Amino acid sequence: MSLTADEVNKIAHLARLGIDKQDVAAYANDLSGMLDLMTRMSEVNTDDVEPMAHPMDQAQRLRVDKVTELNHREAFQEIAPQVEAGLYLVPKVIE
Amino acid sequence: MEWETVIGLEIHTQLSTRSKIFSGAATAYGAEPNTQACAVDLGLPGVLPVLNQEAVRMAVIFGMAIEANIAPYSVFARKNYFYPDLPKGYQISQMDHPIVGVGHLDIEVDGVIKRIGVTRAHLEEDAGKSLHEDFHGLTGIDLNRAGTPLLEIVSEPDMRNAKEAVAYMRKLHELVRYLGICDGNMQEGSFRCDANVSVRPKGQVEFGTRAEIKNINSFKFVEKAINHEVERQIALLESGGKVVQETRLYDSVKDETRSMRSKEEANDYRYFPDPDLLPVIIDEAFKAQIKTELPELPDAKKQRFKVDYQLDEESVAILTASRALADYFEAVNKKSGCEAKLCANWITGDLSAALNKAGLDISASPINDERLSGLLTRIGDGTISGKIAKQVFELLWQSAASADDIIAEQGLTQISDTGAIVAIIDKIIADNPNQVEQYRSGKDKMFAFFVGQVMKAMQGKANPAEVNKILKERL
Amino acid sequence: MHNKTLAELSLGLQAKTFSSVELTQCFLDRINQHQQLNAYITVTTELAMAQAKAADQRIANGTADLLTGIPIAQKDIFCTQGVVTTCGSKMLANFSAPYNATVVDKFNLAGAVMLGKLNMDEFAMGSSNETSYFGAVRNPWNINSVPGGSSGGSAAAVSARLAASATGTDTGGSIRQPAALCGITGLKPTYGRVSRYGMIAYASSLDQGGPMTRSAEDAAIMLQAMAGFDEKDSTSVDVPVPDYRANLNKSLVGLKIGLPKEFFGEGLDENVAATLVTAIDEYRRLGAEIIDISMPNLKLAIPAYYVIAPAECSANLSRFDGVRYGYRCDNPTDLTDLYTRSRGEAFGKEVKRRILMGTYALSTGYYDAYYLKAQKIRRLISEDFKAALASVDVIMGPVTPSTAFGIGEKMDDPIAMYLSDIYTIAINLAGVPAMSIPAGFVAGMPVGLQLIGDYFSEDRLLNIAHQYQQVTDWHNFIPTGFE
Repeated sequence: MSLTADEVNKIAHLARLGIDKQDVAAYANDLSGMLDLMTRMSEVNTDDVEPMAHPMDQAQRLRVDKVTELNHREAFQEIAPQVEAGLYLVPKVIE
Repeated sequence: MEWETVIGLEIHTQLSTRSKIFSGAATAYGAEPNTQACAVDLGLPGVLPVLNQEAVRMAVIFGMAIEANIAPYSVFARKNYFYPDLPKGYQISQMDHPIVGVGHLDIEVDGVIKRIGVTRAHLEEDAGKSLHEDFHGLTGIDLNRAGTPLLEIVSEPDMRNAKEAVAYMRKLHELVRYLGICDGNMQEGSFRCDANVSVRPKGQVEFGTRAEIKNINSFKFVEKAINHEVERQIALLESGGKVVQETRLYDSVKDETRSMRSKEEANDYRYFPDPDLLPVIIDEAFKAQIKTELPELPDAKKQRFKVDYQLDEESVAILTASRALADYFEAVNKKSGCEAKLCANWITGDLSAALNKAGLDISASPINDERLSGLLTRIGDGTISGKIAKQVFELLWQSAASADDIIAEQGLTQISDTGAIVAIIDKIIADNPNQVEQYRSGKDKMFAFFVGQVMKAMQGKANPAEVNKILKERL
Repeated sequence: MHNKTLAELSLGLQAKTFSSVELTQCFLDRINQHQQLNAYITVTTELAMAQAKAADQRIANGTADLLTGIPIAQKDIFCTQGVVTTCGSKMLANFSAPYNATVVDKFNLAGAVMLGKLNMDEFAMGSSNETSYFGAVRNPWNINSVPGGSSGGSAAAVSARLAASATGTDTGGSIRQPAALCGITGLKPTYGRVSRYGMIAYASSLDQGGPMTRSAEDAAIMLQAMAGFDEKDSTSVDVPVPDYRANLNKSLVGLKIGLPKEFFGEGLDENVAATLVTAIDEYRRLGAEIIDISMPNLKLAIPAYYVIAPAECSANLSRFDGVRYGYRCDNPTDLTDLYTRSRGEAFGKEVKRRILMGTYALSTGYYDAYYLKAQKIRRLISEDFKAALASVDVIMGPVTPSTAFGIGEKMDDPIAMYLSDIYTIAINLAGVPAMSIPAGFVAGMPVGLQLIGDYFSEDRLLNIAHQYQQVTDWHNFIPTGFE
């Protein structure tokens, strides 16, 4: 199976991932190679197999509903690229 | 051509937990921007979600209230998309295995009861807020709301007009507040609605193409937005056009819906099970425990109020609109020993009016059930008249004193002493010979004049029944 | 001093043969002398000296722990408050976490000294430590060879005695493979044994932190400090932590060792295979019984892994968007530009490759064929392990198909690089614990032997490794120039 440059660009956009134009073909080639590797999975019949999302057969633990986190805005925003009046700033969002 | 409207609603209810669904940050409304967004809510690297038990409990109790299947096994999934109010680049939600399965809710429109199917209800985290005030041409992001628990309740496309949609939404609004799982505050966004609207030629089985109207935040707007959208779709179809499946935003100022192209663009949410969270297992013991916490639901309560208290529809509707008011009524009825109608009249009348005027909820009423009962007891046993009672009510509202203290202090006890009443009546008959003459010559209306005179002379404290009786004898 | 084991260092500190300040200074000097290895991204000289002083005080007060005053280093994937945590990426080159990883807190509590943050493949994606934004790490046994990855800085530092021991993380072999290629001992614990809180996620259902040390006994000491239930990590398992040193000296007589035939087939370098056969003979002499087994689904581990890990990583790395922390591109024109350029400029090629792969595997129309299929195969692989471990005590095999390859050799062929993870990846899919221990040399380069155990059998694995290290001295070899 092989991916086209268009498909790579489409996935890259979904992932909001800028890739250089001159690299698109190489990515298409690498991803196609990976997909080839994956075709091996179809060698095995898995119709009656339950998918496994976690290594442990465990249930989610529940937390008591208690406020444990205090305001650390200053520390959190010290590492932010752009803030003002306690808000994170981004280019204008158009609804 | 005759058209039929098909409506399904997705309602997002913010669950009233103290802390967020996956973190220990507070959920209180109105805090300074980003002061209630902890490392987990901000999606900092390496931090992890842990599920809030209370959110699970609330979802389950809701499921029980709509007689839905509670999933013994439910799974959180990541819904992937980029948006600045979504810090992790994915929303933790539920897709294939929601916590609440198929249930239903009965609505009543124009006296007809209709059952609306609930497809599912699932837990998810709320996003933050984008503030569009101008920051040098930039948008500000406040993530305080990010991570607030939401229960998204998805209905079947069972509603056929805007009125039914509003009735369903109101019914759900009442229910979640009854259950104590959502404060229902629509201005603050605690209860939000997306409507899926389509039209089809009457008689056609297949659904038409639907448009989703996002974020409608009042009952009034739901009705207007749906009606507007229905008109738009019909006009479009009748002029030979086609409805496009899209997301539309209702603009309450212009009263129109418009396309949200920005949200439409190539949505592929790539749902998959969140590997940071394990399946939620709800066993029979947990369900049994929650069942014991299930309060009497609105429909059952209404029915009981009608039958047990013999109240009229309107009083029942008002009294059962909230659990707190219904509880208040029942407490007053029990403590005062008065008949239900008297209790209902005072609560739906004077008390509700005073609360409305002061903008207070029953839970914040200055007159608690104990003190109102004290007042009604004294009406019931004839100590005070209904008219005096209104005076006492005013004083109850303004002070902390009991009705008995106020009656004693102000000397408001009703006079039922026949001797005292006879003496006053005799004096009034003697003082007004002309009026007596008129009455006796058949002018019955004059009777009211004498009652008024007696009451005036006795400062309203005379027992009206006694006054009537004695006046008739003496005249 | 720097050649002593953790147990020996602890004794020396308690007996005041040397102080933590002296010991720390010794390691700091060595780090300085051997910068050519590029093992460290950040050296925390001042913090280390302050911690050493505090440790000496604690030792003087008689309140010292086993690790008090011992200089270790953290893989730069563990968040450290006040110290930059880069995860090997330009994205986080200036990122200072406002919190500590649970693992870091635990070492602080024990009074260990942190020398610095160790180099790694970018976001732990790589098998050679060449994807690091901060440059490739070199193998102390041959500076033209890779140290393995992604915990390449950790392996090189421990092997070259630039830290008494180190932490690593393992998603598909990232502790065991570099441990094997650098001749040290590495342990990937059972999934859920060590908290992932504050450990920057690559693939959440596979990631697991663990120790990288010079011996099994040292690994036991390190794991003792790292392991334990953490309420901040939903996937952390609430199972009691045993005393990992208690059973080190248990005899191996009667031990059943399973050798999957799939581990010794085509693709394994014959000299490496011969070295492993010798090592297994050693176990036979220790009284173990060798049993041939088969795990038919192992061959599907690589494809399943390269769907699951990229899928998880594609979502895990979405948070790096230039809004709240991390790299942000200059003068974004709009929101999409902010996202695509910040991410495009700050992620390296391997990270991008995996994000693209994962995004593709989860997208509409492909989910069932790739992601769901991979999850089903994951179940089959996990059942292979369960079945095998029901009949044997431990599974043994190679860690890598060959010894360390040359720097640059496989950088242009990602698929060849992925295939070199063939012996380690299945273990992460199943979630069982596994170790790599030094088992000999081929042409002067170390070879690792892999030990795989049942869930939460770390104490047993440590015992099996320790017994081997009592009768062999492969783990005591020091690379030339680092004595």
